Amino acid sequence: MSGQEMSGAEIVIKALADQGVDVIFGYPGGAVLPLYDALFKQNRIKHVLVRQEAGAVHAAEGYARSTGKPGVVLVTSGPGATNAVTGLTDALMDSIPVVCLTGQVATHMIGNDAFQECDTTGITRPCTKHNYLVKDANDVARVMHEAFFVASNGRPGPVVVDLPKDVQINIGKYVGPSNVTHKTYRPQVKGDLGKIRQAVDMIARARQPIFYVGGGVINSGPKASQLLTEFVRATGYPITNTLMGLGSYPASDKQFVGMLGMHGTYEANLCMHQCDVMICIGARFDDRITGRLDAFSPNSKKIHIDIDPSSINKNIAVDLAIIGDAGHVLEDMIKVWKTGAHQPDADALASWWTQIEQWRKRDSLKFDRKSKVIKPQYAIERLYQATKHRDDVYITTEVGQHQMWAAQHFHFEKPNRWMTSGGLGTMGYGLPAAMGVQMAHPDALVVDIAGEASILMNIQEMSTLAQYKLPVKVFILNNQWMGMVRQWQELLHGARYSESYMDSLPDFVALAESFKAVGLRAENPDDLDGLIQEMLATDKAVIADVRVDPLENCFPMVPSGAAHNEMILGDEEKQEDKPTVTDDGLALV
Amino acid sequence: MKQETTIERHIIAVLVDNEAGVLARVIGLFSGRGYNIESLTVAEVEHESAQSRINIVTTGTPMIIAQIIAQLDRLVPVHRVTDLTEGRHLERELALIKVQATGEKRLESLRIADIFRARAVDSTDRSFVFELTGSTEKLDDFINLMRPLGQVNVSRTGVVAISRGPIQSDSLK
Repeated sequence: MSGQEMSGAEIVIKALADQGVDVIFGYPGGAVLPLYDALFKQNRIKHVLVRQEAGAVHAAEGYARSTGKPGVVLVTSGPGATNAVTGLTDALMDSIPVVCLTGQVATHMIGNDAFQECDTTGITRPCTKHNYLVKDANDVARVMHEAFFVASNGRPGPVVVDLPKDVQINIGKYVGPSNVTHKTYRPQVKGDLGKIRQAVDMIARARQPIFYVGGGVINSGPKASQLLTEFVRATGYPITNTLMGLGSYPASDKQFVGMLGMHGTYEANLCMHQCDVMICIGARFDDRITGRLDAFSPNSKKIHIDIDPSSINKNIAVDLAIIGDAGHVLEDMIKVWKTGAHQPDADALASWWTQIEQWRKRDSLKFDRKSKVIKPQYAIERLYQATKHRDDVYITTEVGQHQMWAAQHFHFEKPNRWMTSGGLGTMGYGLPAAMGVQMAHPDALVVDIAGEASILMNIQEMSTLAQYKLPVKVFILNNQWMGMVRQWQELLHGARYSESYMDSLPDFVALAESFKAVGLRAENPDDLDGLIQEMLATDKAVIADVRVDPLENCFPMVPSGAAHNEMILGDEEKQEDKPTVTDDGLALV
Repeated sequence: MKQETTIERHIIAVLVDNEAGVLARVIGLFSGRGYNIESLTVAEVEHESAQSRINIVTTGTPMIIAQIIAQLDRLVPVHRVTDLTEGRHLERELALIKVQATGEKRLESLRIADIFRARAVDSTDRSFVFELTGSTEKLDDFINLMRPLGQVNVSRTGVVAISRGPIQSDSLK
């Protein structure tokens, strides 16, 4: 088959098919008309017409995160490409494999400020893992296959392929994926065995250990999560997950101490602070995790396993670094653990667990259950209780308080069930991401846990849900504020609520109906279960407008610039105990 | 592990595919992450495989330098990254220095050039252009001696460097 001649656009479509792509998310325009024409003439690849290009990238992210396969985006030149930039940056920060095809003006017009021209490769260079401008139809096939290889191997990320209109029209030779190998890109997946032995030895001799596990394990594939579970259970050690890592270890397991970080549990953060050996797998010590750097886990030896060498020693200097894919390294660790006589100190471990149980008793996620208004935590808890018997529940979120409450109160037993914008914190991520998840899993229950502010950022995608009859459930915790902004203003800026209140919100029930979806509303706690049941029983898209306590804050909270052991707990805050934040802390986000 | 805070100067050699945008990627990495570039040279060194070598002189704490190397290595078109400062190495810079002077000062510039083994590659009755190769410090010293003699225009290449001794496998040394 190699050497078959066809137009650049046909090469793109054939390459997508050969890469196993079944659905792409896009929006047409002048510079991609040949591609859309080629798309029209085939039926292997389904195209989902979004309502704005940002929605296309987030949908591709949701698709990728829930399947492990790269998500594919097709947008036009100029504004099509610039609208995709937020999604690309989001995918870069959260290591999501995305291949984004952008149209470009014809090669002879590049640089002439042509209509809908922009320097796409220039604009997207810092927000992609790699990008290409293809100038010859004969290069299209190679670049397409390379793009998929780069997006999904090593630390995954977004790749842009910029395709000038004449290159789409010109005739070139097609080559299949097996004929393309990348010249330089060879990520290291196997970890160094000597270091793995050293790590296992350190782990076995730990007295107060903690596993700190992030999204890298999920990116490594479901097997990595199984291996993680096997290894953690073999050790009997506690484990905490980052926001991105939720689902890599079953949340119902005794050894799981909850999420860590700025809104992590009391026990998780104190485990991090007081541990003597920290085993970080596929996480990157970002500022939401560490709090104040010089007070971060002061007495521990740190082991860091990551596929990206640039993650090592970036924020926190570690004692032992293993470069490799989480799944491969875990497999080797288990082998080494089993072959050696590795027996943790049972007494030390028992007293460590006694300590952890005391922290757990603090019940840092508790909230007022007798409230006459709906507490947002309660709403998520009821949603979880109503769906936890099902295996096919996928949760996406927007960004803000509701996102943190969802992370705290919705529990995940399996990987790839939780889609959220962690690194970039993109409001408006959840609805299009849910759309992408639902495309990948047509019969599953997909819920976007949203805030009323975030949901308005990509509300136009309700129209896409209607067109493709996607039964996504949008579960809005409506507190009428930009809740997280309001919370910071209350706690850190003297309760001066500068521009964080949203006046004139839409009637979400009427809004749902205008998009051919079902609108539901709950105003008090007694309505909640009924609303959830009705939502779950509806086979169409739903917007559930859940009116929650407008002034509820999200706790625990490690204020910016504070250390893990300086966390604010919800019940303390009631006693007029405002946190003290240094000027340095105020400068942090 | 202690976090060291001393600022060090390093010369990093990067072998890249000579493709469009590769230099922008490298420079963008430095500007985007707030790293310093003291000098940068780039030229094709392998014509058949279309590979270029970039020599970067940068400064930072040991942790930052390690980050720079890891971040460079992560760029897709990068083949290899080598920190030449780790071992014995040679570094050279070339400068073309135009000195505008007449009379005794003009002669003085020629005498200094002789001491520095700079070659006069262009001359008029009011000026010389000297070509000088050497370490960055040597070039700095020469230029500083020329400045009092008249108006000076300088064009410098930035540092190119290579390790001493035989070729070491899988590195740019």
